[in-house]
Amino acid sequence: MAIHFHNQPGLVVYLTIGDPDLATSKRIALAAIDAGADVLELGVPFSDPLADGPVIQRASERAVHNGTSMEDVLALASSLRKERPSVGLVIFSYLNPILRMGMESFAAAAEKAGVDAVLVTDLTVEESEEYRAALRKHRLQPIFLAAPTSPDDRLARIAEVSEGFIYAISRVGITGAQQQVAGDARELVTRLRRYTKLPIALGFGISNAAHVAVVAEYADAAVVGSAIVALIEQSSAQEAPTAVGKFIAALRTPVASKSAVS
Amino acid sequence: MIDETVKEMPSSATVPGRFDAYGGRYVPETLMAALQELEVAYADAQRDPAFASELSTLLHHYAGRPTPLYFASRLTESLGGAKIYLKREDLLHTGAHKINNCLGQGLLARRMGKRRIIAETGAGQHGVATATVCALFGMECIVYMGQEDMRRQELNVYRMRLLGAEVRGVSAGSATLKDAINEAMRDWVVNVRTTHYLLGSVLGAHPYPTMVRNFHRVIGIEARQQMLEMEGRLPNAVLACVGGGSNAIGAFYEFIPDKNVRLIGVEAGGRGSALGDHAARFQGGSPGVLQGTYSYVLQDDAGQISNTHSVSAGLDYASVGPEHAALHDSGRAEYVSASDDAALQATVRLARTEGILPALESAHAVAEAVRIAPAMDRNDILLINVSGRGDKDMGILARELKLQGA
Repeated sequence: MAIHFHNQPGLVVYLTIGDPDLATSKRIALAAIDAGADVLELGVPFSDPLADGPVIQRASERAVHNGTSMEDVLALASSLRKERPSVGLVIFSYLNPILRMGMESFAAAAEKAGVDAVLVTDLTVEESEEYRAALRKHRLQPIFLAAPTSPDDRLARIAEVSEGFIYAISRVGITGAQQQVAGDARELVTRLRRYTKLPIALGFGISNAAHVAVVAEYADAAVVGSAIVALIEQSSAQEAPTAVGKFIAALRTPVASKSAVS
Repeated sequence: MIDETVKEMPSSATVPGRFDAYGGRYVPETLMAALQELEVAYADAQRDPAFASELSTLLHHYAGRPTPLYFASRLTESLGGAKIYLKREDLLHTGAHKINNCLGQGLLARRMGKRRIIAETGAGQHGVATATVCALFGMECIVYMGQEDMRRQELNVYRMRLLGAEVRGVSAGSATLKDAINEAMRDWVVNVRTTHYLLGSVLGAHPYPTMVRNFHRVIGIEARQQMLEMEGRLPNAVLACVGGGSNAIGAFYEFIPDKNVRLIGVEAGGRGSALGDHAARFQGGSPGVLQGTYSYVLQDDAGQISNTHSVSAGLDYASVGPEHAALHDSGRAEYVSASDDAALQATVRLARTEGILPALESAHAVAEAVRIAPAMDRNDILLINVSGRGDKDMGILARELKLQGA
């Protein structure tokens, strides 16, 4: 499988799987796809999410408490793949749950589930050789993060080994909503373009149509995570799928002002 | 362009980042440039005689090095076996070995032009040492501490605040050391351009485990020399408690080539052997990645990190320094555990036989010596690293020992 962005800008939606529960996560995922998400990042909950802000920390804690495992997330991926064949599916995880399952077993199970790509928050290019070999064997695409603090030689290396798309972090920080898209973002995307023809998805702090419109000026896709996870937290399990669908549909609404960049 | 981007990538041979299979650098991409900057700055400082000289002067005149090696004759007599020597890191300024590393990293932060320092703390000893060094160098200091640890080590919270540090309570998870490290790492990810993370143990991503060990090597260098001067021979075993493992690696390192010297690390056995009741990583743990490094980790079948328990906040952590993992697997060091009760009893015994009140952390090492000394020959020698003093533990000791009038 391979990731494709069918729309401009592309929309990547992050969900913490198992929050509030697995069945609701599935309904939310389907609603997100039907509302226009090109790619879903299926977040594997972890006890120690050190790259995440308070919203995803709380979601992760609830999902871990529910006993959501990597196997559960892969089973969900498999059923989404059957029902929505063309959506991009990314497993989004910290490294330890993958190590615990075993790199090879994980990659084999992810391929079988119809997953397209994998992104591991705390695995950088330097430490990724065995991981990339396992993914390659199972036709999974490795996605790496690029940060505003990454020097050019690192960006070149990240571009060289990434497939599907590159996830550019809009600002120096942890996940979570903010008022404006950081000025760091445009500079990072410009630097990254020198090394890659892959689509560049910009994430961290993107939470409304104005942000998405700004991102569309220079990146190929926007990643929306914490804003949706917060919406799920505030909604009942019953209402969450509809609320998320409406929210995502509104993200591509044209906005008058494009002055939201800081 | 931001300044982090112009630093050249160091050669990976500058400092080893792997201890056999363990160690490495598992962090979000945002932190990679800062870790490389730190690695370069540290390598640069290591080549600069002025850095070594300033650190050595501070360790001597400010922190109180060298610390004594003391023959504990009444403790030895009461056990009736091996001679017991104590390396008195408890006599250092701020009350524990932690100051060795804090002075080193403080000087390094100054070289890098970073004036904002963040740190995590468990028992509060590393937080106090960090706050002290920040006061000394006129730096801003923020210490993350689990709320459970703030409760049980209240005196150290006051000390840090008195020294001008801001103590930020962390309520996530079990509200102990692991959670404080998560929060410190989040702060670092956000403020990486201006901030140095003064990590307090031989944990985390490269170069921390190597750098922090090197700042504590002085413990073993002194102890080995002192032992030769006092006894004309090396000890049969060196004992130290192991939380993250900084005092232990500092005490062990110089003895690693001395194959006849046993190296014994003592973990927290807590209140039982079930997952969640102890912090004995080498008994209940398995290899995994937590907070930047690959080492033994207490975790469940799904790879979620377990909660831990120990009467001593400084040993209450789900992973262990990667160099200890390598020493464990190679068999060069042995790792055992002492229970909460054994540590409490050892505290009382050392206090009443020698008039020395060890930190509850260090008391775990004393407990193992108490266990093995009686069966040993009277000519055998045990060297215990007393990593810190127990003043901070008065509240816990009063409660746990039900001392009258406390």
